[in-house]
Amino acid sequence: MAKIIVDEKVCKGCGMCVHACPLKIIALDKSRLNAKGYHPAKLMEPEKCVGCASCATMCPDTAITVER
Amino acid sequence: MAIVFQKPSTLTDAPMHYCPGCTHGIVHRLVAQALEELGVEGKAVGVASVGCSVMCYDYFTCDMVQAPHGRAQAVATGLKRARPDNVIFTYQGDGDLAAIGTAETVHAATRGENITVIFINNAIYGMTGGQMAPTSLPGQITQTTPYGRDTNTAGYPVRVCEMLSTLSGVAFAQRVTVDNVKNVNIARKAIKKAFQNQIEGKGYSIVEVLSTCPTNWGLSPVEALKWLEDNMIPYYPLGVYKDVEEGVKK
Repeated sequence: MAKIIVDEKVCKGCGMCVHACPLKIIALDKSRLNAKGYHPAKLMEPEKCVGCASCATMCPDTAITVER
Repeated sequence: MAIVFQKPSTLTDAPMHYCPGCTHGIVHRLVAQALEELGVEGKAVGVASVGCSVMCYDYFTCDMVQAPHGRAQAVATGLKRARPDNVIFTYQGDGDLAAIGTAETVHAATRGENITVIFINNAIYGMTGGQMAPTSLPGQITQTTPYGRDTNTAGYPVRVCEMLSTLSGVAFAQRVTVDNVKNVNIARKAIKKAFQNQIEGKGYSIVEVLSTCPTNWGLSPVEALKWLEDNMIPYYPLGVYKDVEEGVKK
């Protein structure tokens, strides 16, 4: 059981976490915009997350907190 | 559940002004993690340069000085000599360290100043809009080289780590990158070692980080990582160029 928490305020929708996720379970949420006007990253299949922190390691804005 | 990854306490909550996907943010975090892990936040003084990272004083919780263009290592020299117990680092881009600041860089290195230098090499001038930098690759298209960098007139890119590793005053020189998780972890260790060297009084330590500039390269953040891997790493090989403990490797 693991999860990531994305701080949507600082997410710039760059997609580096989407690219880094080995399980490909992160996507940019095209249905929403944050205050800066970016589509924030979202964990699409929470039950599959193993908490490897690859996404957080590659996030340039340190927007991701990982719990495991 | 326990938190296994979170923002280091040495980074402020200010949202970074960098473009989406700019690897400056990753390197900022690695520096902040090193300061946190070594417990030197309270006595660290960073020297910001001119370039995109000019406002990095907003992001680190330690004391910061903003130096004139290219002079960060001269300022760091003064800080370290006046306050030898403080941990002094510079954070400079290629337009700062390898262009206008070459003299300050080479002389701080050859004097063996006991400082830590974090050098961001993204092969272009970022803040001013994507002009050719001394580190731009042969054939690279930039605003000022629309047909690609012509080595007949513009010469060849500067390999800073190789150049500095020949100087006796340099204790540690390593080139790393942050294009994937593995390389970020290598970069994290290198940056921590560069700070550790200073604390142990070993002398001048430089970590060159190959970085991306998606906006001025005209690529998406993920495409930029691939471009770095395909084009920059072959010209700028990664590795340890000098380590006083282990001797010169390459």
